[in-house]
Amino acid sequence: MNVTLTRLSSRLLWSVLVLLGTSVITFFVAHAVPADPARTMAGAKADAETIRRIRHEMHFDEPRVQQYGRYLWGLAHGDLGKSYVTNQRVTDAILTRLPATLALSTMAVVFWMLLAVPVGVLTAKFRDSKFDRTVLVLGTIGLSLPAFWLGRMLQYALAYRAGYFPVAGFRGWRHLLLPALTLVILFAGYYARLIHSSMVEVLSSDYVRMARAKGLSEIAVLFRHGLRNALIPVITVLGMDVAGLLGGVIFTENVFALPGIGTLALQSVFNLDVPIIMGTVLFSAAMVVAANLGVDFLYHWVDPRVKRD
Amino acid sequence: MALLEIKNLTLEFGSSRSSMRAVDDLSLEVQAGETVCMVGESGCGKSVTALSIAKLVPTPPARYVSGQILVENRDVLRMTQAELRTIRGGVVSYVFQEPGASLNPVFRIGFQIKESLELHRPAAATDAEVVRLLKLVGIPAAEYRIRDYPHQLSGGMQQRVMIAMALASEPKLLVADEPTTALDVTIQAQILDLLRDLKKRLGMSILLITHNLGIVADIADRVAVMYAGQIVELAPAHALLRRPLHPYTQALMRSIPKLGSDEARLTTIPGNVPQLGAFPSGCRFHPRCSKAQMDCSENSSALIEVETGRWVRCAYWREGQG
Repeated sequence: MNVTLTRLSSRLLWSVLVLLGTSVITFFVAHAVPADPARTMAGAKADAETIRRIRHEMHFDEPRVQQYGRYLWGLAHGDLGKSYVTNQRVTDAILTRLPATLALSTMAVVFWMLLAVPVGVLTAKFRDSKFDRTVLVLGTIGLSLPAFWLGRMLQYALAYRAGYFPVAGFRGWRHLLLPALTLVILFAGYYARLIHSSMVEVLSSDYVRMARAKGLSEIAVLFRHGLRNALIPVITVLGMDVAGLLGGVIFTENVFALPGIGTLALQSVFNLDVPIIMGTVLFSAAMVVAANLGVDFLYHWVDPRVKRD
Repeated sequence: MALLEIKNLTLEFGSSRSSMRAVDDLSLEVQAGETVCMVGESGCGKSVTALSIAKLVPTPPARYVSGQILVENRDVLRMTQAELRTIRGGVVSYVFQEPGASLNPVFRIGFQIKESLELHRPAAATDAEVVRLLKLVGIPAAEYRIRDYPHQLSGGMQQRVMIAMALASEPKLLVADEPTTALDVTIQAQILDLLRDLKKRLGMSILLITHNLGIVADIADRVAVMYAGQIVELAPAHALLRRPLHPYTQALMRSIPKLGSDEARLTTIPGNVPQLGAFPSGCRFHPRCSKAQMDCSENSSALIEVETGRWVRCAYWREGQG
């Protein structure tokens, strides 16, 4: 128990360091852009006096390091600042965008795993069959497609022309189907392949032969004895991909005009809305850190050989 | 009626154009309650034969060309998957060489034993029965061990768990494929004692695959010596050990190091086991045989019954006999 606690606290300390590093890099990169946020805020017709006033009020005239210190101080108190453009609190901006991203990511992950797991297992079982080769080709095509292009094509064909799906926006779960399908096409083949290779190795193992020698059905051999072992290496990759999605599905959200973290992040870059840029980047980083912890936790659960030290 | 009757089994690997014969016209019986050892160097076809008894060799790459494997008078090679599943575990149980690799790393040992019980003796699928089995194979504090994962046990303990798992279904035949090879010698002796003791108590047959002739003396009723996919000598264990008739068996016996011997070098058999698909013509052992005659490279010998129950695949078995 004590060991677990020590381990957990050291992991948390690391997480804080990672986030701190991310904030430093993002802050100075965002400010290195040769553009003046004060001018952007004041508008095209503002006079020099107004710009000077804004610059002073927003502390843009202070040294960069001091500005960063001010930002960090706010961060430590849970204050991520306010958007330069809408004056909305960054925390609120992220929280209102989170449901769309969360719903889309969950839907996509569930569907692509539901597809990839049986396909991966069966292509391993029937290796080099026609079925296996077809899946390999389709999967490779799927993962090579650019997200923005695939999204646009699906949108045009299935929503605009055929009318099966809403074209864009987010007014209910039906609006998530097409963006989710886009992600499923992009990821399912890749995961099927990942599970396939892992499963091929597992199927040649002694414990699978033992499972067969016991008289277990092929289904139990594959999905009970095989799959659990085959998923161990897949967990790491899945954790990182989930983190990536939760940090904002930038292309897919934008194509389908979903009000998610991804659209928020992209808009903030166009507007040079530094607090939102900082907020969304830190949020993605936090997701990656959380995914790492989650993967660690899952490993303990799935693979008892991972030492608890 | 023998419990197991392998008749003229021939098994090949690869396509029919470039096939490699791993088992060639092999016949062997195991009676109820009997312990038979199959002995031979690596690659002689003994493991493939053992796995064939429950049709566990993946086909392809393997192909059963001819022969029958009768388990309780039913041909395993012609069974459906469903029928095979009742034979696997139900009549024939396996213990493999590497217990660490043969136990599934992600499941508790109690679960893995109970899985066998659920398949073949569902009424007995209880923790109490698992504990009884673990005690039967000599695992101390079995009540606590059932929640252990395989990696938490030593190699010897893992092999005991494998044996418990094999016994769970109360098989009539236990096939042990080099069950002690991965273990150190003291543990080896313990596992062999355990097998002998279990056989006496449970009355099952054992087919033990080994390359160690020392084990034969310990446990076997009969011995089949294999070379390059064929049985070259088949005999009661004590008779074979006292007076081996085939030059290969004699060579194997000579290569057992003797305590107190003055020889500076260990005796070995020159050359290697021939590669699959590249067996020499005539007698397959002739290139390595110290007693080979001119015609050994041309005429392959059949298995000859030279005494009741003693079979030898060598035309010159009489030569050099006292």
